[in-house]
Amino acid sequence: MLLEIEDVSLLYGRIQALHGISLTVDEGEIVALIGANGAGKSTTMRAISGIRPVASGTIKFAGEDITKLRADLRVRRGLCQAPEGRGIFPGMTVLENLDMGAYTRRDKAGIAQDLARVLDLFPRLAERRKQAGGTLSGGEQQMLAVGRALMSRPKLLLLDEPSMGLAPMLIQQIFTIITEINQQGTTILLVEQNAQQALARAHRAYVLETGRIVKSGTGADLLHDPSVKEAYLGVA
Amino acid sequence: MTTTIDPPERRETAADKLRQGRHAISERWHHAPRWVRWVLLVAVIAFFYALPNKEFYQYLGPIPTPGANFTQVMFTVSIYVLLAVGLNIVVGFAGLLDLGYFGFFAVGAYTVAVLTSPSSDLKTLWPWLAVVAIAIGLTMVSGVMLGTPTLRLRGDYLALVTLGFAEMIRIAAVSSEFLKGQRGFNQIPHPPGQYADGRPWFGVLDARPYYWLVLTLIILVVIGVRNLTHSRVGRAWISIREDEDAAQLMGVPTFKFKLWAFASGAAIAGLAGALFAGKQNFVNSQNFELLNSIIILAAVIFGGSGNIVGAIVGGGLVAYMIERFRGIELFGIELYEYRFLFFGLVLVVMMIFRPQGLIPNRRRAAEFKDRRKEVIVGE
Ligand SMILES: Nc1ncnc2c1ncn2[C@@H]1O[C@H](COP(=O)(O)OP(=O)(O)OP(=O)(O)O)[C@@H](O)[C@H]1O
Ligand SMILES: [Mg+2]
Repeated sequence: MLLEIEDVSLLYGRIQALHGISLTVDEGEIVALIGANGAGKSTTMRAISGIRPVASGTIKFAGEDITKLRADLRVRRGLCQAPEGRGIFPGMTVLENLDMGAYTRRDKAGIAQDLARVLDLFPRLAERRKQAGGTLSGGEQQMLAVGRALMSRPKLLLLDEPSMGLAPMLIQQIFTIITEINQQGTTILLVEQNAQQALARAHRAYVLETGRIVKSGTGADLLHDPSVKEAYLGVA
Repeated sequence: MTTTIDPPERRETAADKLRQGRHAISERWHHAPRWVRWVLLVAVIAFFYALPNKEFYQYLGPIPTPGANFTQVMFTVSIYVLLAVGLNIVVGFAGLLDLGYFGFFAVGAYTVAVLTSPSSDLKTLWPWLAVVAIAIGLTMVSGVMLGTPTLRLRGDYLALVTLGFAEMIRIAAVSSEFLKGQRGFNQIPHPPGQYADGRPWFGVLDARPYYWLVLTLIILVVIGVRNLTHSRVGRAWISIREDEDAAQLMGVPTFKFKLWAFASGAAIAGLAGALFAGKQNFVNSQNFELLNSIIILAAVIFGGSGNIVGAIVGGGLVAYMIERFRGIELFGIELYEYRFLFFGLVLVVMMIFRPQGLIPNRRRAAEFKDRRKEVIVGE
């Protein structure tokens, strides 16, 4: 297992956002995490990337217990998150943002190679390489966030709603890119509102409800599960 | 149904013209050949080295201060510039709100006073030069001690704690027997060095050598800070300022870098305090009012926080303007009495029309736009 989360709870002050969730991600997989607004999807991501401490439970990455490890050290272990929404550096140019993605790396040649790859995946970013991140459109910022996370050449890429606020055309595109990244060897944990697409692309998926995992299975299984259909796919 | 509305014709305002003018200057500067920039830079530096000489400044029209010895004023100005450059690392680069920066200045000055002055209980009477390093070290340590518990927390704790720290130092200075309160420490020694005829370089009467010393140190500090900001350290600071969570998600050890920024800022204030103590020859509790912290912070923001040139100009202008009011009477009122009123007015006007400061940092401008958008979205 690349990532193993066991019985993790997390508190925001007195509000408990996660109630003992467990999930696993195997090497090479795309795993989707779906759920309604406020279910705790982003919170789960924060617990994994380490910007929020967990109250109890354990998180293991590549066999190592990282529950108490500092967030920046988790990045060095190969775990990188593209945060939800506008998590880019607004005053830095597109290139500088991408450069920040490679902050933990020192291999110049490898970085240049990955930069070429990211600009190839997102031609829009290539066009706007000198533009300040904060002046990009919402969709472009989203692409930048994904591209920046890729620059760390992570073993596990955490994507929090990469399709948020994108036009239908671009949603298709970003999911195609996600599959492509995965086929190039990166394991992906994907949080999505867009359950239809996420389940169709994912090998396995979990359904989160008010801080608890209520269902799990292969993407295809959940896609045809009646209760999932009703709650998240908008079909009765 | 959609209708297009033509934007109303906008008349060019004075502010627009000013902006264009400034833009033109900065374009020129950035496109000028390297040697032109060097020549200009050297000329500016030479100007400031020459400035405190009466033979020079008497031809400068209204620039010399009427109500105070101009050379002494220039020394004060130089200290403020040094402080602004230091605080700019903390506030401008790392984005940490330090409201008690002058507290570190006080720690530097008192360290020198306690270890060198004959009025001190310690009676060590060490020479000034030996104590400077100790003063810088101690301020750095106090920065680390203050920063370690607070910089881990998000939000406004740092602002509160630094404010409390500066006030604590001031109260200790006023009331502790060891720090001598109002009576203070006298006969603090000067830095070493003498002219061929045996007269010392540094003394109370002639402020020029001190000014030159501070000016030289400013140049050295600025070179150091510039190199730092163009390195991985600088990138880390900027990323923390722009989005701390995102910085952490990119693998930046945010706590470590915040502590570094905070402690190096403190060290520069300690250096400034040590210079001040030597120059004044005397240190007492009246030198460290809270207002000073606010003035320096305002100077950094006024100049354009995040930009070294902005900090220099801000620190210099603010300190100079305050002194410039001295000795000017209007309708029988001494303007100096109202200096902080003007100062406050200028700040308010600035924050309305140019929140990013006089000489903003390119990134900062984008960050400001970004925050404005957030405010509108949040409404
Ligand atoms: N910083 C915070 N402080 C307090 N409560 C928080 C904080 N962040 C999130 N919460 C709460 O925790 C719960 C889970 O939030 P989370 O952001 O994980 O939801 P989500 O599943 O990502 O939702 P969405 O689909 O809207 O992004 C919500 O009830 C939210 O209000
Ligand atoms: Mg979310």
